[in-house]
Amino acid sequence: MKKLFIGIILVNLLAACASQKPVEPVVEAPAPAPVVEAPAPAPAPAPVVEVDPLNDPNSLLAKRSTFYPFDVSVVQEADKPVVQAHAKYLSEHPDRTVRLEGNCDERGSNEYNLGLGQRRANGVKQMLLLGGARASQIDTISNGEEKSRCTDHNEACWKQNRRTDIRY
Amino acid sequence: MLLRLFQSVVGSLFLLHISMASAELSIEIIGAGENQVPVAIVPFGGDQKLAWAIKDVVVNDLLRSGLFRMIDAEGKSPVEPADVMYPDWQARGAEALAIGSVAVQSNGRIEARFHLLDVVKQTELAGQAVSASEGQVRAVGHRISDLIYEKLTGDKGVFSTRIAYVNREGQHFRLVVADSDGYNEQTVLSQNQPIMSPAWSPDGSHLAYVSFETGHAVVYIQSLYTNQRMLLAGFSGTNSAPAWAPNGKQLAIVLTRDGSSQIYLVRPDGSDVRRITFSGEIDTEPNFSPDGQYLLFLSDRGGSPQIYRMPAKGGPAERMTFGEGANFSPRYSPDGKGFVFNHRISGKFYIAMQDFQTGQMELLTEGGWEKKPSFAPNGKLIMFASEARERGILATVSSDGRVKQRMFTRSGDAREPVWGP
Repeated sequence: MKKLFIGIILVNLLAACASQKPVEPVVEAPAPAPVVEAPAPAPAPAPVVEVDPLNDPNSLLAKRSTFYPFDVSVVQEADKPVVQAHAKYLSEHPDRTVRLEGNCDERGSNEYNLGLGQRRANGVKQMLLLGGARASQIDTISNGEEKSRCTDHNEACWKQNRRTDIRY
Repeated sequence: MLLRLFQSVVGSLFLLHISMASAELSIEIIGAGENQVPVAIVPFGGDQKLAWAIKDVVVNDLLRSGLFRMIDAEGKSPVEPADVMYPDWQARGAEALAIGSVAVQSNGRIEARFHLLDVVKQTELAGQAVSASEGQVRAVGHRISDLIYEKLTGDKGVFSTRIAYVNREGQHFRLVVADSDGYNEQTVLSQNQPIMSPAWSPDGSHLAYVSFETGHAVVYIQSLYTNQRMLLAGFSGTNSAPAWAPNGKQLAIVLTRDGSSQIYLVRPDGSDVRRITFSGEIDTEPNFSPDGQYLLFLSDRGGSPQIYRMPAKGGPAERMTFGEGANFSPRYSPDGKGFVFNHRISGKFYIAMQDFQTGQMELLTEGGWEKKPSFAPNGKLIMFASEARERGILATVSSDGRVKQRMFTRSGDAREPVWGP
């Protein structure tokens, strides 16, 4: 399963860090979590590096979202192989961590949707744990309906918003 | 189910636009109260610039309530009750008349003296001096409106109260505090991450709210006087839905630190966190009864989101809403006899009210994207988030469903409104 690969991992890590950067509020606030500076990529000591299957676009691991019917938080059959692949990867890479972000469509109160998004993320977490991942590798949060990918009032849009994102 | 829709007042339906020259805010009023009191507001004597500014505020306040009809005061300018020729006002159809004078004191304070007269009985209903610091012309106007409203309707006015809401423009969020008519907007917090669920402390000095600035939902409490704030709850997972106890000594919040969304009590300094629901399902949107003894909240423990009630100290919960559809965002009426909430059925969201005694639900709006209702302190108006012309707007409906008002803020979407003290 392992393929040859030259260190793009660090570049991906940097990109992931950048997209997670908390934004400074205008009023004085407790300091947001510091952004971890990834070290500059070291020159590859050898031309051959172990391949990380996470970066294989043909792997199930390339899929990073699970999707749901309306007001449902159970991982759907279609998404189970994806979650199981991530569970296997995490169990084999105990140094890697993921953040599960639950999202909802707008058809509920904001607060109910925060709860529903958290339940979606928790459902994925349970499946990862069953598949061998450790609790310490997994963080779960909910965005409710606050970070919609799509903002039209129709099902084509809503179905994109009902999802859990698996972020390494 | 009793349905009091918009169409039911079609006979007396009219649409009124109030526009104010200096304003970047527009307000529309739809419908009218059952009995509108015809009232004349005479521009005050004294400082004419101030007098007209005050008159504008008072006229717009009274019109927005839907309970008054303005009688033309053209050509008349009595200042003292002795100057009033009652037959003139009777001929114009006025039942009440407001007159007065306004002056700026040497220290800059605005002082207005005003009289409210009963044109039919030819007596004085109220006389009062209202003063405010320099520049607070609108505050003077709102105080006078409150007095007129209280004398002529028997209910307390809410023109001097404030509201809080969230304004969203793209990915930029502002937490805003404003007068109840939308003016005097002040930004409390501005950031590129979501802000949700503002909640007024009972004395109006602080706001609790949910912010995503650290990457997940956490609850802050911020002083509106010093702008200083503190983290109330920042546990792992989701921290949200703050609600103040009426004595201000405790808040109910929702945490997912033990799994699903459950309700906890916490002191305003963040100490003494205690879990009070144990459903393992989603329990959220707690709201204290005016006497502090009970909480209304939302739970999907019965299979769909419905409203429940439980003792505020913890204990067994009782389901309050039944029937088709789902229900969200309960809030007690100020007299504690009922609650307002959000009802979803057939893809539409309505503002609904229910009385504890009858258990009967009444829809107050025609339905759409209407969310997050909250009562004005006098219980006569309900503010909620709505949508019009593809924008999020603030709207109010009278508790009898007859008068509706829509407020368009300058730009962006207005969301998450909550009426304060």
